[in-house]
Amino acid sequence: MPTAERAMFGVTGIFLLTVGLRSGSPFHKLAVGALGAGLAALALSGRSPVATALKIRQNEDGEILVSDAVTIGKSADELYAIWRKLENLPSLMKHLERVEVLDERRSRWTVKAPLGYSGGEVSWEAELTADEPGQRIAWQSLRGAQIENSGEVLFHAAPGDRGTEVVVRLTYRPPGGSAGALIARIAGQEPSQQLRDDLMRFKREQELGYHPTTEGQSSGRVSKGGKA
Amino acid sequence: MKAIIWQGTNHVGVETVPDPTLLLPTDAIVRVTSTAICGSDLHLLDGYIPSMERGDILGHEFMGEVVEVGPGVKKVRVGERVIMPFNLACGVCDPCQRGMFSACDNSNPNHRMAEALYGATSASGLFGYSHLFGGYAGGQAQFVRVPFADVSCFAIESDLRDDQVLFLTDIFPTGYQAAENCAIIPGRDVVAVFGAGPVGQFALRSAQMLGAAEVIVVDRVPERLRLAEAAGARTINYEETDVLVALREATGGRGPDHVIDAVGLEAHGHGPGALLDTAEQKLRLSFDRITALRWAILSCAKGGTVSMPGVYGGLVDKLPLGAAFNKGLTLKMGQTHTHRYVRPLLKRIQEGQIDPSFVITHRAPLSKGPELYKTFREKHDGCIKVVLDPWA
Ligand SMILES: NC(=O)c1ccc[n+]([C@@H]2O[C@H](COP(=O)([O-])OP(=O)(O)OC[C@H]3O[C@@H](n4cnc5c(N)ncnc54)[C@H](O)[C@@H]3O)[C@@H](O)[C@H]2O)c1
Ligand SMILES: [Zn+2]
Ligand SMILES: [Zn+2]
Repeated sequence: MPTAERAMFGVTGIFLLTVGLRSGSPFHKLAVGALGAGLAALALSGRSPVATALKIRQNEDGEILVSDAVTIGKSADELYAIWRKLENLPSLMKHLERVEVLDERRSRWTVKAPLGYSGGEVSWEAELTADEPGQRIAWQSLRGAQIENSGEVLFHAAPGDRGTEVVVRLTYRPPGGSAGALIARIAGQEPSQQLRDDLMRFKREQELGYHPTTEGQSSGRVSKGGKA
Repeated sequence: MKAIIWQGTNHVGVETVPDPTLLLPTDAIVRVTSTAICGSDLHLLDGYIPSMERGDILGHEFMGEVVEVGPGVKKVRVGERVIMPFNLACGVCDPCQRGMFSACDNSNPNHRMAEALYGATSASGLFGYSHLFGGYAGGQAQFVRVPFADVSCFAIESDLRDDQVLFLTDIFPTGYQAAENCAIIPGRDVVAVFGAGPVGQFALRSAQMLGAAEVIVVDRVPERLRLAEAAGARTINYEETDVLVALREATGGRGPDHVIDAVGLEAHGHGPGALLDTAEQKLRLSFDRITALRWAILSCAKGGTVSMPGVYGGLVDKLPLGAAFNKGLTLKMGQTHTHRYVRPLLKRIQEGQIDPSFVITHRAPLSKGPELYKTFREKHDGCIKVVLDPWA
């Protein structure tokens, strides 16, 4: 981990440890103190606490890796066909605003500007790097993209007639390295959670045709005095 | 409509809230005719299940009449008298297809929260049981929205009273599954049941139906023990005697072949383990007090089953796993796959093998619900099971 980051974690850790030990509440003492001790220890060990403690996965080039999988009660061919229509991707992956197909291999992807970018949107060109019907689709941003990224989706039969295992793997380089990824996470733009939600939504759309919800249901929180 | 609302730990109240409406085409609206308070509701009252929000409508044991169905509902009809399992299941996912309804993949809209706490794949949705389990409004109310209506609603066509079929929503199937999980060898196996509350009472009677040679029930509340004796069980009051010694003596030194923990995360107890549990629960270092589970594991015979219908929510400490391991015990647990049991158990009721209304001690209008939560929790007034009438 970079020296500056390391020093910051050391200082924050020791600060929290002190606050924790001084606290009057036993619970605070324990919780804040433990967090402080943990950060201080990480700083001493030299591991990147941001990346490891928050389980942000990185490869050797410093790119962030996000992957997840879901099993869906449909055939691989059906699910592949939905993903292969790249225009469908924004309904599958919520962070995408639009995907325009330019030709056989090339497409233009647009997202709402993530933290660290100015302007309302960011877009880039991507190309398909693999297309194996019923099995795999892979893509990569072209040279010059503002957000360098790549991804693939794999489809294979789940054992025992349970439908298809869909695996999605994404790689990207966030602005600001792992610290940038941390800030994005705090701001609620958490890619691994986003992907999990995307996959569960896809599963439910395919299996149920709709999404379970409680939005708009009756409760004691909404205005009182409904017809009794 | 009127509904029982969670207002914060130790506070429930009756409030007037908007009537429920159909939110999805597969929903139905049911006018509730009878609704019960469950031991599981006490865990909410006491604040041990995380993610409750002020204003949540409670209740997961209820029945009534269908008054409205969405355009996507195919089987359920307006006017039908129905009971609903306390868990929500989509009916189409792989776990549902295999009858594991409480493991439904698709019924919990808050899968994110459940996965964060419980790991891979989310817990299913439950009526009136915190946002972790979907945040669905419950049925201690005059009306309730019933999602997945074709899967959730079981029509009751016979002239059985509400009292006799109401507990098919939860505690009868829960006691039955707990006994079934023991794989009792008829005429041979001895079963001990910790907890003589409603779930324990149904576990006892189910173990008998499944052929247990003998059932021994452990609690400390005299009228609950008497109700167990009335069904032919031997009983042990754990406050009057050393329960582990008493169980050994009652089983020729072997221990019961199977033990059912129908107590769950708010077990009382004594000794250092129990004190530590209480301290940790107060500090929110762990959620669960596990005296009953410890006793279950320690008393169980080698090669036996510890079956746990009692609810656990979080982390536990000082679990005698070494005892469980070295005695080769099987541990079975979980929310009941209620849907699986409704029809077979209804048949047993129709054939007169059991009348589930035996467990009811208190009937009252919904407006008395908040008081009765407390009566039930404190076990005052001989309270074992409360049934409320939303329209009285
Ligand atoms: N698995 C499921 O799907 C499911 C469904 C319904 C209820 N439950 C759970 O089952 C449990 C029992 O429910 P209930 O409605 O019968 O509740 P209850 O609170 O009425 O009964 C619990 C009983 O356990 C007794 N008890 C407490 N500590 C004990 C100990 N150490 N040893 C022996 N007995 C002890 C109490 O005196 C009480 O009689 C609860 O945890 C509830 O949440 C689970
Ligand atoms: Zn219940
Ligand atoms: Zn399901």
